[in-house]
Amino acid sequence: MKREVPIIITLVVGIVFILSYFIPHAPFGELETFYNEWFSIVASFAIWLGALNLMKLSFIRISRKQHDWQLSWVIVICFLVIVAVGFYDGYAGLSNNPQTSFRDPGTNFDWLYTYIYTPLSSTMFAILAFFVASASYRAFRARNTAATLLLLAGFLVMLGRVPLGDILTSYLPEGWRASDWASWIMNFPHTAGQRAIKIGVALGIVSTSLRIILGIERSHLEG
Amino acid sequence: MLKKYGFAIVMFLICLVALVRTFMAEPDPLAFSPVVSYIVIGLLALAMIAVLILTIKGIFVERRWVFLFVGVALVLPYFMSITLKTKVSPEVQGLFNGVNALPPGSKVLVAFDYDPPSAPELQPMADAFMAFAFKRDLKLIIIGLWPQGPQQANLSITRAMAEPEVAAKNLRYGTDYVNLGFQSGNEFVIQSMGTSFRSMFPRDIYNTPYDEIPLLRGVENFSNVDFVVNWSSGYPGTKEWVQIAVDRFRVKVGAGNTAVQAPEMYPYLNAGQLTGLAGGMTGAAEFEMATNEYGRATVALLSQLFSHAVVIAFIIIGNVALFLGKEKKTR
Repeated sequence: MKREVPIIITLVVGIVFILSYFIPHAPFGELETFYNEWFSIVASFAIWLGALNLMKLSFIRISRKQHDWQLSWVIVICFLVIVAVGFYDGYAGLSNNPQTSFRDPGTNFDWLYTYIYTPLSSTMFAILAFFVASASYRAFRARNTAATLLLLAGFLVMLGRVPLGDILTSYLPEGWRASDWASWIMNFPHTAGQRAIKIGVALGIVSTSLRIILGIERSHLEG
Repeated sequence: MLKKYGFAIVMFLICLVALVRTFMAEPDPLAFSPVVSYIVIGLLALAMIAVLILTIKGIFVERRWVFLFVGVALVLPYFMSITLKTKVSPEVQGLFNGVNALPPGSKVLVAFDYDPPSAPELQPMADAFMAFAFKRDLKLIIIGLWPQGPQQANLSITRAMAEPEVAAKNLRYGTDYVNLGFQSGNEFVIQSMGTSFRSMFPRDIYNTPYDEIPLLRGVENFSNVDFVVNWSSGYPGTKEWVQIAVDRFRVKVGAGNTAVQAPEMYPYLNAGQLTGLAGGMTGAAEFEMATNEYGRATVALLSQLFSHAVVIAFIIIGNVALFLGKEKKTR
């Protein structure tokens, strides 16, 4: 029964979703809404599970003194501080008249979000610029025909996406400048490639979904 | 760990203290005059030429030098007093036209599907849109499929409200705009909204029941909103809005994406499923230009230009190194 029940649930929900797409009326429309609400409930629990799992892993790392275990303290302390402040502000907001949100400007949570979380996470993303530059320096090399085409496309798009491209090609007539080359690459060769990938991915998803709904593919039940 | 990173941490702290002291001593924004700015650009160009010459001589620069050049190219423009204007691309013009065509009083659903890491690119678009929409008397229904989305929306609202023209309108929460907050469930939220907004967002962020919010009276599903604007940096995001809201419920959607995500949206844009698309910092600057709401993206455009120029220069240098290596081998 451990395997049969999930397969039956998958089969029923999958078929209802397929039917409700084509027949958005009773009873399929209502069933779809019902399942969507259940999905939101499950997803909300998943967020909590994820957070608690992170805590569990961090505590295990600390107790076993694994590699760089001190950094796990940073995770635990930050998590506890932000949760405590969020709950405190949320609770205080409920007693205000009219009620306020813990996200409102001026709250402690907003201060942590704006002055600690935002700069830290932005810094992580900003580091990407350096890796992209280093990767371009090493990877964009005309080793063969395909690599040369990639190099040319990347070069033209990068040039055309900033005003520098149009400044350098300002002597050319309107419609033939660097930004126009970049637009042409994005609208034609790039779109064609993207469409091919998207159609391939969609066909893959359809076939995998059908295999899961029909119970042929069962790897998701393991573990 | 301290042994390994001790030197770097000390250097970082020294730089931090120096920066804090500089800004404390000079509270006004530091800015080079245009002449000094051009001299700095010239010096940067000379340094790149020096790297090229070294490469031709067979001395290849390390990765750390690439990082240094990119860092300098990104930071210096913020102190320069050169202003750049860019051409509004057809993609951004489409997004602007979609919003601009809405008559005053139209209801626009704005989905903030991003978090602070993507904010440097997406927040300027959202800020420009918010100010523009408020000035045009559009009614905004804000939601987030990412937990941080509603907070990013609050930042945009605060900035827009600081503008005298918007402040003079005396806009009221619940009547002119509403923030319904975050709902988990990814694309299933969009799907359920096709039937009922209320089922997914029974209360706003202030815990007010859906039915007690004046702006939401008569808003049952997508048929009751005139346009959807999506600021997105990943999943769930523009792709899901197109696949469900556009394809299934025939809603008009315009989007702003990060530079990494935007190329993936071109098939939807060219098929007419997306009304318009602003991509990355350049898209944000173009959107600011189209809406006449100049902000941080226009300032950051110079930084973007410099970094692109440095990357292009290093690609050329990398290829010079490759050909020189091939030549040596054939000899």
